[in-house]
Amino acid sequence: MTAPAILPERGLADRLTALFWRKPNLLLILLIAPPLIWLGVIYLGSLAALLLQSFYSIDEFSGVVKEEFTLKTYAELLRPSNFDIILRTLVMSLAVTLACAVIAFPIAYYAARFARGRWKAVFYLGILLPLWSSYLVKVYAWKMILSKEGIISWAADATHTGFILNGVLALPVIGGNSLSTSYLGTFMVFVYVWLPYMILPMQAALERVPTTMLEASADLGATRAQTFRTVILPLALPGIIAGSIFTFSLTMGDYIIPRIIGTSARSIGMAVSEFQGTAGNLPLAAAFAVVPIVIMLIYLALAKRAGAFDAL
Amino acid sequence: MTAAVTFDNVTRHFGSVRAVDGVDLKIAEGSFFAMLGPSGSGKTTCLRLISGFEQPTGGAIRIFGEDVSAIPPNRRNVNTVFQDYALFPHLNVRDNVAYGLMVKGMAKAARYAKAEEMLNLVKLDAYGDRKPGQLSGGQRQRVALARALVNEPRVLLLDEPLGALDLKLREAMQDELKALQQRLGITFVFVTHDQHEALSMADSLAIFNEGRIAQIGTPEDVYARPANRFVADFVGSSNVLPPEVTRALGGPAAWSSLRPEALQVAPAGGTALAGPVTGLRYLGAGTRITIAGPGADISVIVPAGTALPQMGETIGLTFAPGALHVMEHA
Repeated sequence: MTAPAILPERGLADRLTALFWRKPNLLLILLIAPPLIWLGVIYLGSLAALLLQSFYSIDEFSGVVKEEFTLKTYAELLRPSNFDIILRTLVMSLAVTLACAVIAFPIAYYAARFARGRWKAVFYLGILLPLWSSYLVKVYAWKMILSKEGIISWAADATHTGFILNGVLALPVIGGNSLSTSYLGTFMVFVYVWLPYMILPMQAALERVPTTMLEASADLGATRAQTFRTVILPLALPGIIAGSIFTFSLTMGDYIIPRIIGTSARSIGMAVSEFQGTAGNLPLAAAFAVVPIVIMLIYLALAKRAGAFDAL
Repeated sequence: MTAAVTFDNVTRHFGSVRAVDGVDLKIAEGSFFAMLGPSGSGKTTCLRLISGFEQPTGGAIRIFGEDVSAIPPNRRNVNTVFQDYALFPHLNVRDNVAYGLMVKGMAKAARYAKAEEMLNLVKLDAYGDRKPGQLSGGQRQRVALARALVNEPRVLLLDEPLGALDLKLREAMQDELKALQQRLGITFVFVTHDQHEALSMADSLAIFNEGRIAQIGTPEDVYARPANRFVADFVGSSNVLPPEVTRALGGPAAWSSLRPEALQVAPAGGTALAGPVTGLRYLGAGTRITIAGPGADISVIVPAGTALPQMGETIGLTFAPGALHVMEHA
């Protein structure tokens, strides 16, 4: 007996396979409908509500939200005390992003180009391990490390290099009483907690740069520095941008680290948390929350114009 | 005359693997030199030793008489056409071609003018604004060629540059490359595993086997007078005959080779070579008949239209007296 040319149907799984084979779009729709609904309704919906709220204002006497469209709340953002908050957060986010990019690059480059097998696993573990512990625990740990009685001061005293620490702390604006009460401390902790979010996309981008590309560059006469500038950097730029979106927006919105470590001068995140909570000024909180969104959009537009996504 | 490239007992080990194992080589200036061999035979490593992407474990490499052991790739006036072309995806074709001039500090207008000239040479002058991703394989190959040649290298290295092209395009590119080499007079070093490509294009070639050079010579040399069994078998699938068969055919007791196309089918009986047919392979222009001869399988290629024997039928083979080539080495 010869085998049949068409195999018998084995039940539901075969029927579904046949259905999806006849209508390939059906499976696609089934797969993306739930996340699309989530994104569309829950996420974009709440974003729209936020945006709407920011165009309302608060009655200064009664403290009640007036549901009339006005730009008054946005105008309030420009008041010196509020504008300082935006400026401070923006500068901090830029500094953190830049520092993360500089520190992450060699690590990501090593992991992408040289780490193999076991060392690759060690790399991923090393990057991801800090993310396994609670963010709050890490921040409080840093508070201890950076405080006047902390390990850094102790080590500086023990090695008689306290003058370096004191010199750094004596710097205007970024310095302070101790690392844990200075902008420098806030900056250091931000860099520490967001660094993995920069390394991982950067490493993924660098991994996609073929070795022959670097060889071709050297072959054509480029020095290592030229290869870095004209080949590696442009090809890794989408990854760097992706990483910087993480570090930038996470720093912009964070309200815990600047509250626990640093000068306790307010950031955008702290302002949002306070205005919607104790102050009960929901429109102003919403207007503050729109600021990072607008800044990110401007940032992405600039990056796109600079050709950051050409290599995609 | 100084040779363009000289290898002096060069070795390259990767751990315990001897990728290149004591290679001596002289590539004449202005020649089209092919490195032929199966994959893993060390030919690509030799090319990378010339470009500087690999450093020799032992021995010395000279480019136009100068020892390059301390010279990094970017300072060697040698350019490479990579197997996968390695075009920069973020640059357009013009900037790709002008890249070598850009890193040497040539002004924009001057380097674009030269790039345009090169694109003209490879017949891609209308494609300067395209990105490599928008080109076909053959076009990318030409861009890679233009990008290497714009630097006016003393030696051009080509690493299986035609491997990714289809047969028709490959043959057209073979002719173009050969013509280009003759026009420019630059020394071309060409790595390939395709013996037809090597034979048809090269002025001289080196056959690689297991990190060593099995034979070096002109295409006629290696095809008609293979030095050993490996070359006889690898270049053109010659019939390799053991010493006792060679002697039975009237030669000395040494290994010999007999080209399939040098044989003719004859009725069985009265011929030195005879045996049952064990294989018939249709090749288009002809058919390869394999017989189980005394002491060795022997193939003969007969032109299309010849009456073919049946499988298992015993046939005889004859050849002209000069066709039997006795090899120096086993």
